[in-house]
Amino acid sequence: MRRYWELFTSFFKIGLFTFGGGYAMIAIIQREVITHRKWIEEQEFLDLLTLAQSAPGPISLNTAVFVGYKMYGYRGALTSLVGVALPSFVIMLLIAAFFTQVRHNPIMDAAFKGIRPVVVALMFAPIIGFTKGMRGYTIAIAAAISLIIWYVGISPVYILFAGGVVGVLLAALRGKEVKR
Amino acid sequence: MIYLQLFISYLKIGFFGFGGGYAMLSLIQNEVVVQNAWMTNAEFTDIVAISQMTPGPIAINSATYVGYTVAGFWGSVVATVSVCLPALTLMILITKFFLFLKDNRYVKGLIAGMRPVVIGMIGAAALLLMFPSSKEGASFIDGWSWALFIAAMIAAYRKVNPILLIVLSAAIGIIIYYVPAL
Repeated sequence: MRRYWELFTSFFKIGLFTFGGGYAMIAIIQREVITHRKWIEEQEFLDLLTLAQSAPGPISLNTAVFVGYKMYGYRGALTSLVGVALPSFVIMLLIAAFFTQVRHNPIMDAAFKGIRPVVVALMFAPIIGFTKGMRGYTIAIAAAISLIIWYVGISPVYILFAGGVVGVLLAALRGKEVKR
Repeated sequence: MIYLQLFISYLKIGFFGFGGGYAMLSLIQNEVVVQNAWMTNAEFTDIVAISQMTPGPIAINSATYVGYTVAGFWGSVVATVSVCLPALTLMILITKFFLFLKDNRYVKGLIAGMRPVVIGMIGAAALLLMFPSSKEGASFIDGWSWALFIAAMIAAYRKVNPILLIVLSAAIGIIIYYVPAL
């Protein structure tokens, strides 16, 4: 029972502090799931993010399901999913029921003016960790892709698909070792 | 029956919401505003604004809010559960395949090819927040924003707890932007 509780509380924390979209939680998950609990390794985490990206649905839910299932099977997946979804559910329920005017609250507004730039920093920071040990040209490709998505506005889904195809073709050509 | 309609709509949103987050917005809007007329466009814009102030993915936030507005507490439960169901089932399948096949050459190649794209996607999302197309809800509004950003980059690099950074930045935001206006 205790291990499910640990899984639940970890993902509850992640769900509670995931502001500004799924990517902002990468730094929080890294700390909670990799550094603190050691449930998965840094390199496996990037694989997990890749899988979470290629499946439909919010990244935070997909990540929770992956870690939960890997740890303790179906029950684990359900535990971490409920943990990560519960904070938003409760908070939104309270807002819908009592505080529809929250968006015009000046204190909240001021707090979020402070949070927003920090969330951007929390999105950039893990990238530095991911690129450690990567080859120079892979990093260059990643940088180019981010500029293309940002500047041209192509849907990332197509580029993700293309990247997968290139990866499989390279694997078929080379025989065994694949770029990292 | 309203519960069934909520269930089907949010199951669809959960199932077809590729690309996460704001890519889902138009899909949610189509279901909630256009197809079912559960709320007006103005109300929907309010939900988006509230979602930006609350933690968690917009898919869940909108499910809970719309579900409650349309059919009370149980409406919010039905909508939230149904938006989570596709992620739960599909991701379990994907995880199973991955754990089983992760040493397969082609699966390794597939993941390796997608890896730089995922890093690029995170970078692009951060760049979009830094340089948004409209001023509405911009992340960087003045010198204080950049100071907070640089301080947070250094702190994150030194492995300071990100939750602590978020809580601190909220407090600093109140001190900078609310207190002087009193």
